Amino acid sequence: MKRIKKKFDELSSNDSKALITYIVAGDPDLDTTFNIMNCMVEEGADIIEIGIPFSDPMAEGVSIQKGHERALLNKTSIKDALNLVSKFRNLNKTTPVVFMGYMNTFESMGVKELCKAAADQGVDGLLIVDMPHEESNEFSSEAENNGIDVIRLIAPTTDISRARQICDLSSGYIYYISVKGITGSNDLDSEDVRQKVNLLGSATDLPIAIGFGIKDSDSALSVKDLADGIVAGSVFVDLIGEGGDTIRKIANKTKELYLAIK
Amino acid sequence: MSEEYLPDNDGRFGVYGGRYVAETLVPALDELAKQYKFIKKDKNFSEEFRNDLIHYVGRPSPLYFAKRWTEQLGGAKVYLKREDLNHTGAHKINNTVGQILLAKHMGKKRIIAETGAGQHGVASATVAARHGLDCVVYMGEEDIKRQSLNVFRMKLLGAEVVGVNSGTRTLKDAMNEAMRDWVTNVDDTYYIIGSVAGPHPYPEIVRDFNSVVGEEVIEQSKNEIGKNPDVLIACVGGGSNALGLFYPFIKSKEVRLIGVEAGGLGLSTGKHAAPLSDGKEGVLHGMRTYLMQDESGQILETHSVSAGLDYPGVGPEHSWLKDTGRAEYVVADDEEALDAFRELTKIEGIMPALETAHGLAYVKKLAPTMKSDQTIVVNVSGRGDKDINTVAAIEGIEL
Repeated sequence: MKRIKKKFDELSSNDSKALITYIVAGDPDLDTTFNIMNCMVEEGADIIEIGIPFSDPMAEGVSIQKGHERALLNKTSIKDALNLVSKFRNLNKTTPVVFMGYMNTFESMGVKELCKAAADQGVDGLLIVDMPHEESNEFSSEAENNGIDVIRLIAPTTDISRARQICDLSSGYIYYISVKGITGSNDLDSEDVRQKVNLLGSATDLPIAIGFGIKDSDSALSVKDLADGIVAGSVFVDLIGEGGDTIRKIANKTKELYLAIK
Repeated sequence: MSEEYLPDNDGRFGVYGGRYVAETLVPALDELAKQYKFIKKDKNFSEEFRNDLIHYVGRPSPLYFAKRWTEQLGGAKVYLKREDLNHTGAHKINNTVGQILLAKHMGKKRIIAETGAGQHGVASATVAARHGLDCVVYMGEEDIKRQSLNVFRMKLLGAEVVGVNSGTRTLKDAMNEAMRDWVTNVDDTYYIIGSVAGPHPYPEIVRDFNSVVGEEVIEQSKNEIGKNPDVLIACVGGGSNALGLFYPFIKSKEVRLIGVEAGGLGLSTGKHAAPLSDGKEGVLHGMRTYLMQDESGQILETHSVSAGLDYPGVGPEHSWLKDTGRAEYVVADDEEALDAFRELTKIEGIMPALETAHGLAYVKKLAPTMKSDQTIVVNVSGRGDKDINTVAAIEGIEL
């Protein structure tokens, strides 16, 4: 069974929600990313999304933009991220890893080659932010051929008929963007999210994760009952940007979110 | 408006174009495409647009025979399409006059725009002022330094100019930031993209609103030359002035279409802004097109003496015109552009924008190789007042 499905099945049989955490590969360097991944798993992360650095991350707020910039100072590429996952898989065979990023870097090594390498190194899913389903034929078929899930975004602006189309083409989980805006936004409206996610639940059997605007136990609590998982990213990338005892700070934050939703 | 051609229903010009954006924006682009399709056929809209082009922009712009320059070059007759004489001093106003009507039709209250040289920012701020809409213009900090005059113009027009500090702090980063604003304020905000770039339907909209340039040249050539020109030349950054001139001629196969990219310090140095000449296919700002990028898919820093051409991508229709061979693309470097800037200023008393000067630089090369009964029309896309600080600095003069 695919790792992502297995993870959500396990969580659901324990009546538990998924904590999905995001950091950028190579921010500030690949060794630190590797250590953070292991630390996050240790403190309760269920799935790890690895941001693939891009020079022009259009959908990101300032926090994650800076993470991409720091990672690019060492020229971290998608190939480096694949090696990172390979190293992570030597220690961890169960925690799903998803690559999240932008079309241009994902295409840079060839769609077919990327999907094959991702499967070989132990990547479980791809989430390409600027790839609406109309532009996704090649990635969809190559990912499927290699047993990789394609995680897709649904936004507050997506109407239900389009949401159904997206759900039908998705695998792994659905990523519901909780606010109109960029990553790290502040104004999460849990009532609005509740209505949208309820509607989505009727359109798919896939698990639904909620992301954008979740940064502490309060915001995590406010949405945890609405879906099958939460995604937190900017808050971790900010902690990396602050420097200091990064690993300890990330461990504390992961634990805070874990305790809030379990 | 020109007859139907491309893009297809998916917004594609061959493999180029498309709509590579975050999901949040897809419904907004669907709505924009739908409303544009409607308005394009609406008689009232066409009439209002035409009327504004005549009475507000000052169209038609003259097709001017550059007699002394032609004599000096000693070959083809050179005609200048005087977009520099438009209100606000560049072709950019053609597009903003059209898009602001679309924005109002859609009930939007707030306008955002990105700008490089500041001409599109000024053109957007101008139409926003005229229609009483709020306007925010995103501009790279690097460009704010280079184009302080235009920054002040925008502020006088009531726009808020937001400096962008990320990435290379130029046009591409301004566009990223405008996209971020749009995704956050998509309900009440209309994003006026200033070039034939970005996700579908923008490349089509901006081309259509600028194609008045080429349509006028068809008529003016009939009267002044007696036939179509042999060659059309325009500078290409994102490529809106070039497509505005080229598009109505695409089906007239006897007319050569030549786009001139910014060669910066020279193609071999890598410090340029010429994706069609030295780039490869990729995806940026919602479109598939030629891009300047490294082997990992990172967008490269560009260099050009002109802020308006300092962009690592190009409108997708140009990529398609290049691949099909219908248009040719060449480069002019900073030096050549500056020479042409000085030459036209002195010999014709017309000070062109540094962007335009790239097109003129190629005229200098091509005209002497052509016969005296042949004609070149070059698009003088904008006037050069905005660039005098840049030119003075290069000459070591402090103004």
